[in-house]
Formats: sequence, C-alpha cells, structure tokens
Amino acid sequence: MSTVTVIDPTMTATREIEFRDALREAMSQEMRRDPRVFLLGEEVAQYNGAYKVSKGMLDEFGPRRIIDTPISESGFAGMAIGAAMMGLRPIVEFMSWSFSLVAADPILNNAPKMLYMSGGQFGCPIVFRGNDGAGGQLGSTHSWCVEGLYSNVPGLKMAIPSCPEDAKGLMTTAIRDDDPVFFLESERMLGMKGPVPEGDYLIPFGQAKVRREGTDCTLVSFGRPVNFCLDAAAELAKEGISCEVLDMRTIRPLDIDSIVRSVRKTNYCVVVDQSWSFGSPGSEVASQVHQHCFDDLDNFVHRVHSADVPTPYAFNLEQEYLPNARRICEAVRSCLYRA
Amino acid sequence: MSMLSEPSTSRPFDVHGKPGERTSAPATTGRRDLVDPALCRQWLRDMLMIREFENRCMQQYQDKKIGGFCHIYIGQEAIAVGCTAAVRPNDPIVTAYRDHGHALARGMAARHCMAEMFGKIGGCAKGKGGSMHMFDREHHLYGGHGIVGAQIPLGVGLAFACKYMDEVIDGRPNSRVALAFLGDGALNQGAIHEAMNLAGLLDIPCVIICENNGYSMGTSIHRGTTMGHDIISKAIGYGIDGYVVDGMDCLSVYHDMSAIVEKCRRESRPAFVDMRCYRFKGHSMSDPRKYRTPEEENQYASDDPIGRLKLHLEERGELPEAVLKEMQKEIRDEVREAIAWSEASPEPPMSELYHDVFVEPHGPFNGTSLPQMLQRKDLR
Repeated sequence: MSTVTVIDPTMTATREIEFRDALREAMSQEMRRDPRVFLLGEEVAQYNGAYKVSKGMLDEFGPRRIIDTPISESGFAGMAIGAAMMGLRPIVEFMSWSFSLVAADPILNNAPKMLYMSGGQFGCPIVFRGNDGAGGQLGSTHSWCVEGLYSNVPGLKMAIPSCPEDAKGLMTTAIRDDDPVFFLESERMLGMKGPVPEGDYLIPFGQAKVRREGTDCTLVSFGRPVNFCLDAAAELAKEGISCEVLDMRTIRPLDIDSIVRSVRKTNYCVVVDQSWSFGSPGSEVASQVHQHCFDDLDNFVHRVHSADVPTPYAFNLEQEYLPNARRICEAVRSCLYRA
Repeated sequence: MSMLSEPSTSRPFDVHGKPGERTSAPATTGRRDLVDPALCRQWLRDMLMIREFENRCMQQYQDKKIGGFCHIYIGQEAIAVGCTAAVRPNDPIVTAYRDHGHALARGMAARHCMAEMFGKIGGCAKGKGGSMHMFDREHHLYGGHGIVGAQIPLGVGLAFACKYMDEVIDGRPNSRVALAFLGDGALNQGAIHEAMNLAGLLDIPCVIICENNGYSMGTSIHRGTTMGHDIISKAIGYGIDGYVVDGMDCLSVYHDMSAIVEKCRRESRPAFVDMRCYRFKGHSMSDPRKYRTPEEENQYASDDPIGRLKLHLEERGELPEAVLKEMQKEIRDEVREAIAWSEASPEPPMSELYHDVFVEPHGPFNGTSLPQMLQRKDLR
C-alpha cells in the first residue's frame, strides 16, 4: 500500500492491523463503553460476519447485542431506526450497501428526517455501515457506490475512510454522533494493513487530511480511490509533477475550506470519486471549487469517476471502469496542459 | 369473537368479510360491560373531542388554513380512545398518516395539533411536519408517518428498544409494550411483512393494530388484498397471534385490547389485531367517495361508535342530558380556542429552516430544540 503519513498527534501506533480489525476495535470499544450500542445485520453473529468484521463479537457481547437478522433490510433497518428514536444506538451492518437499496425508505425517509419532522423531539443516533463500491467482479447490482445517491439527502452524515487508522477513528466518532451516519467501507480494503492506535480515539467529521503534500495540483478524493490517488501521485512525481492528495474522510459534512486552501496553492484541481459522474459528490466538489476559487484556477476542475455504465463483470473492463491510477494520471496531465 | 356475538340480518353491507366465511380468529374477550362510569364518560368525551376537532379541521381545510394532505379520523374514534385506555402512559405508540385522533387520545392539546396543521411555530413539530406527522415525546407518540406501512418496522423497533432497555441495560423483565397502527391499505407493503417476521422471530412485544376500514384509499379490501376477509391469517403465518376486534365499539376495543396488551407484556410477544371499522369520510379531503354507495355509508353511519358508547351509558343511567350538554359545550369551546390559538401562533421564523436538521450545530445548521409544547417539561 502507498505511504500513509497521517498519525494522530496524541497517539502513536505501534502495530499494524487490518481495516476490518480496526472497524471491529471501534465497535467493540464503544460497546464496552456504552450499553445502548448494539450491532445487527445479516450473518453478524454466529457466522462471525460475512466479511469477518464482527468476528468474535458474539462471544464477547452475546446474542442480545450482536443480533443476526434475516435477509430483510427494510425490516431491520426500520426496526433499528425505531430503537434509535427511543435513544438506543444501533449499528446496522449492510453486507453490502448495494443491498441497502431495498431499505431506501427507512434509511432515507425516516432516519435523516426524523429530527426535523418531529420538530426536534426525536433524533436518530444510528450508524449504517457496510461495503461500498466495485472491484470484486460482482457485477453491477452488487457493486453500488451509494455516495452519489445518498449524499444528496439532508440530515445524514457520510464517512468514507481510506485506511485502517481512519476506519477506527471515524467509526468511533460515528457511533458517538447523535445524528445518523452512513459509513461506507470497501470490501477491497478490508484486508488492508496499517498502523492503528490501540486506545479509543476520535477523528472529527468534516476535517480533511493531507495524505501527501504537493505544489502543482490538488487531488481531492475519499475512500478507496484515495489510494489510487497516492499511486498516481507517486507515478506523476517521476514526471516532475507534484500532487497534493487530500482525503476528505467525510463528504457530509464536506471540508471545503481545506480544498480551497490547497487549490489556492496549486491552482489546479482534479476530483477523484468512484461514483458515477452525473449529480455526484465529485460534481458537487467541482462546483464548490469553481465558486470559491474562480480566480485561482488555471484550468477548470477535472473529474475522474467510474465510467457512466453499469459495472461490468469482466476483470479488465471493471478495472478500466474504476477511477484507477492511470486514468487519474491522465486527468492530471490534461488539467496541467501536459497531455 | 366479539363482533359476531351480536349477528344482525338487517345489515346488508359488510366491507370486511364475506358473510359465512370462516376466519382464523381466536376468541377475544367478547366483553363490553361497563367499566367505571366516570372513566367511560371520559372516553366518550375523548371521542366527541376527536369528532369535533375533525369536523372543524375539515372547515379549516376548506378555508385553506390547512394545506397539503389531510386525513380525517371520523368513524374510527373508538380505536384510538379504546387502545390508549388499554395501555400504560409510557407504552410507546406509532401510527400512520390518519393520526390526529391518536395524538388527541394520547393527550396532546388540541391547540398544538391544530397549530401543526396551520404550519405555525406552536405546532407539535413547529409546523415542520403537518397533518400526517404528529409527534409527542411527552405522551410517547412516535409519529404520525406518511409512507404507507413504513411505521410498522419503527413500531417493532420501539418495542425492541423497550425490551432491550429493561432486559439488557437494566437487567429486569420487560415492562412495556408498543402499539403500531396501520390501515388495511398497508397490508400489502413489504415493510409490514418484514416487520412481522422480525417481531415473531425476536419475541418483540409489539401489538400491530390494523385499523381495517375496508378501503385502501378507493380500493376495497377485496380488490387489493388476498384473504381480505381473514387478514389475521397473514400474522399467523409469522407465528404471531391474531385477533379480530370490533373497532366500532369502544368498550370492546378496551376490553379486548387490555387482554391482548397484557398477554404481550407478560409473554414478551407480538400480536396482530384486525380492528374492524369504517371510515365515515373520504380517504383525504379530496376524495369524492365514488367507489362506495350512500346506502353502505348510511348503514355504517347509523352504527356510530360515539352513538354506541352514548347509548351504553344512557341505558345505565350514567349520562344525564345536562352532563352530555355541558361536555359538548366544553369541547366546542376547547376546539374553538385551539383554532384561535393556532391562528395567533406565529409562523415559524426563518431560523427554523436550518434548525432540527442535525443535533450538533455545524455549517448552516443551527442545532435543535424542543417545540413550545414541550419546553420547560422534564421528559425523562
């Protein structure tokens, strides 16, 4: 994996663990700390998690707090929202965010709107989490990037970590947050290893992280494609192009200030977003950068997205479909008039 | 089964059953004896209050004081009142969009209910929810929900939380039951089937009450629902006990629901109730009701739940005319006052637009606060 320069100033990570272990540590630490927190979803308990994120949690917390559900997303998501309205703090695992589409009504119509529609009477402190995005040759229906669809809805927060350390810190923040959090993981990253502090720590929402400093072009991304950006930046460095890689970590709220700061320095901006381009977080970032940095930009904001087609199964097509390092390099060269 | 205990041959219309067909209903109590007459008079008052409120609501809607959709509860008052009487004040309830009756029966002041429909800051949700979205934390009313059937998973979640808080957090037996109301038009939504499966599977103490008024908007139950004459068979398929209750009779509702609720509380199990009733008005204010005949409507109107309770009290000498007159006057005054209060209540200030979106203030979002209705109240 590419070099990750972030270290929380108050902690020193002395060991490396997998992304999935980092998620589990955050959930387990919070469950020990707060009895209102529980986990439910398909295969989370006896099976130890379809992707082993919740491995061992049934043994520690028992079946009353680690709850296997039937394949019934609309039902169990709605049930968890009702429980959150009463003050519990459910963590709902969607085996894949692709499966959340059948629960669109509760997760979009109830959770993010409850506080508003009840005039401040009932909040919804809940975390929905699961795998997001393509990369495993699962075909189009199982490869959804839901950030484009769901980040459109007011009242929710959306965290999309790109490395194990952020996975743990952002998950801890998500569970303690009083508002609904959509937490997007990636099946392709669950085995990724990185330094992770052992204690509990919070990474605040709405604070981007500079993953790599640079002077020629700002690369804005979140989630798995941050790693593609780091690969691209390493490649472009060989050509003498210095990229600054910004990891947004959350896109709701969006830390536009950090983007603006970087773009005012580099005067070029490329947004890398694995959702489809039309009406996406990437188009939102581009729009805001154009608004705030109109006089600073030496070219329009370039964007790299997944191809505007259903996700293909074939390995080569799927790799080309994703915003891979090669496509990012091409976009940067084009943006900097070096194509 | 209580409602067949008084068979009548002079009732040609039956929107629920195909006469003579077997249903899978186990017997409910069949009781409709008088409870404490003072309590009974209180229920009559509550039902009259809902009736008067809804009649005035329709006027306010015609006068364009109320916008959006507005669904009138007239004809179904015995259900909200009888069910509320059968549970404890801290048993949570959740319902669909025909929710004014539940809010009033649960104890919301008429002014906050009316002001909500007027879109005023004094409304229960500061005018942000409207007719379909009545919430009241003090009285454990978790909405008022506009999407057909979506409130049933929420209701199962409320009951789940009650049980979790008692058993997992506090280490004591479950003490609460949730009531989740739906209409018969919601019976074919996937969400309610998923919710019933979960409730049955996880032993969740939720009573799912189908206010079966025979119509899903303009579609009669037999045109839209298989086994429409026997809807509890759907719950039985999920291992949930089903009951048929005469929803036109407040005393039957009270007695049957008391037995059902206490069984659910004791056993920590769900139940499903086919609460048979009739909606006297249209689906919403814009419904000309061409899908049913005046003859059918008249038959049900002659069997008014308010008339039944009144008669019951009168026959026992428990409702002197002067008492009834005074009651009716008080109610008229109260609803008139609610309307005047709602008119006087200011529109929500523009600062409310970005208020109550998130608990934590950030960006343009300026935090959250309780509505006027609940300010200075301890809601623990």
